[in-house]
Amino acid sequence: MNKEIIACFPQWGSYSCAFRYLFENGFGVKYMTPPPITKHTLEIGSKNSPDFVCVPFKYCLGCHIEALQNGANCLMQIYGSCRLNYYGELEEKILRDMGYEFKFFNMAEINFRSPKSIINNLKIINPNISLIKVATAIPTTIDIIKTIDKIEDYIRKNAGFQVKENELENIFSEFKQKLDHTTNRKQYKKLKKEYLKKLKSVQIDKPKNPIRVGLVGDYYTVQEPFSNYFMEKELEKMGIEVYREMNLTNSIIKSKYKKSRKYGKKYAKFNIGATANYTVAEALKYAKNSLDGIIQVKSFGCTPEINAQTILQNISSDYKIPILHFSFDSQTSETGIKTRLEAFYDMLSAKKRG
Amino acid sequence: MKGYLGIDIGSISTKGVVIDENLNIVASEYLWTEGDPMGAVKRLLKVLENQLADSHINIVSVGTTGSARKLIGVMTNASVVKNEITAHAVGTTTLHPDVNTIFEIGGQDSKIIIIENGYVVDYAMNTLCAAGTGSFLSSQAHRLGVSVEEFGEIALRSKHPTNIAARCTVFAESDLVHKAQIGHSKEDIIAGLCKAVVMNYLNNIGKGKKFNPPIVFQGGVSKNVGVKKAFEDAVGHEVIVDKNGHLMGAFGVAVLAKNSGIEKDFSFDVADIKFRTTGFDCPKCANHCEIVCVFKDDKLIDSWGNKCDNGAVKIN
Repeated sequence: MNKEIIACFPQWGSYSCAFRYLFENGFGVKYMTPPPITKHTLEIGSKNSPDFVCVPFKYCLGCHIEALQNGANCLMQIYGSCRLNYYGELEEKILRDMGYEFKFFNMAEINFRSPKSIINNLKIINPNISLIKVATAIPTTIDIIKTIDKIEDYIRKNAGFQVKENELENIFSEFKQKLDHTTNRKQYKKLKKEYLKKLKSVQIDKPKNPIRVGLVGDYYTVQEPFSNYFMEKELEKMGIEVYREMNLTNSIIKSKYKKSRKYGKKYAKFNIGATANYTVAEALKYAKNSLDGIIQVKSFGCTPEINAQTILQNISSDYKIPILHFSFDSQTSETGIKTRLEAFYDMLSAKKRG
Repeated sequence: MKGYLGIDIGSISTKGVVIDENLNIVASEYLWTEGDPMGAVKRLLKVLENQLADSHINIVSVGTTGSARKLIGVMTNASVVKNEITAHAVGTTTLHPDVNTIFEIGGQDSKIIIIENGYVVDYAMNTLCAAGTGSFLSSQAHRLGVSVEEFGEIALRSKHPTNIAARCTVFAESDLVHKAQIGHSKEDIIAGLCKAVVMNYLNNIGKGKKFNPPIVFQGGVSKNVGVKKAFEDAVGHEVIVDKNGHLMGAFGVAVLAKNSGIEKDFSFDVADIKFRTTGFDCPKCANHCEIVCVFKDDKLIDSWGNKCDNGAVKIN
């Protein structure tokens, strides 16, 4: 195949900017930012998925189909310690059965203890890959991810109180747009400095003791706004300070898994699968920091999060912190979600006043 | 005297309550929604107007709740549009200030509300499935050839309720057919169904929660004495059913309308005004938001459903 390689990774929060940087400046291939998730993405994803698979799979598959239709020819999938581990294999099979031609980089097939396996797999993306280039791009990619997480964290805590509506969000999306044109570390550093300053200068009018809510949930649902029906945004609109510990920085870059296991030991002694130990530890942290409430978002049928769900109820009764559970599938009614969120808000604000 | 109107428009039934300044219910009505919330509210308003004919109540504020709250809120120029969980909690705590647990089973939803010292501290609502709600009971009543109103009385006559799978409506139905065919009596099956509804509720909605008395049971299904008894057997406490339990959402939102202090013009004439809604799929992006427009006498008064500004409908 002499065709130009166009790689694409499924939509995942705001991380496309970081992935683009890594692929274009490290792997030396073109990267396609996947089209934003819409109802259509979920529809084609569900149509071609097994019905009972967890809904993040449907999103990923839908994203991949859209990417292929838009000209991408190199897809990839990550791995994990739940059904996620089979995502790659299943997606590849489904897409090939649909008749698409593409290269597939499945991280579940890499043996990370063997450098040879890593390199051979990377060569799927680009046969002429330069390891030096990759090594140079990785630190900046990590830095971009950290910056994105830092900014999103700041937005979650302040967006509900900005004097001018959507100012923070607009600055952030401008930042992401400009980020898509950076080719080296220097450019990126300059951009980062400029935009962090811009964000800090946005006028915030936060009351002394706002309602604070922490989000936990399965890895994809809690991080991809479309898949949790823009819950963070809904909460911010109500004037709530939103907390979310789960992101790439905390889960992969800083790898807080062992710490989380230890922190949540009293409630979950064993590995309860996927990122559910994180869920327990995060919820416990929110409870100890006396947040007003916790919301768990998960995909329907996510077994690790079901494990966590019962444990969260112990945290809820020990710390007297209300927890709202949401289970999403591809046909979840938005009205129902809004009703529950509204009631949650009413409950928290009445408690706060009382 | 000032009056406050609360309307609760559920999937199955529409409830209306008018209260006076001392929170006394001066008019109330419960009727079927029949898939037409606007029509149901018009009928409701006619009835309430007749009930109030000889009184000197002047409605100064309207509150709406239930799944059609937004639509009806626009139609009646409501001061308060509130979700049904809050409305029910407010209604019940007003009438039963010492309540600690509220069980509620409606036509298509069921919820539990936990209250401590008059404040809601926890709640849960059924999510993906309508198993064990009123519509399930009424369809099974139909299958057994009894009316849902006499269901409870029949259940009380049973000495040995049949065990019926409670997890899923579809399984429950096949289980029921099977049990009937092998010769279980109708009473026992009906009592078993009531038990199944309660087990389903406690396992799904109430899982992990503590049911501290006093417990109030409300919603349409609370009128079913068989289910009430099954609840009492299961939790081991007395379960209170208020005579206005089916109106609690409407009552609660009327109280909220009063407490809001917002007064807006309201006239029973809305029942005669022509309201019309149209829906269309916004073509501007792949989200295809379903946008609803509400017209009053052919004039657009409100619209919703759009996720972004591209789909916003201009109101002149």
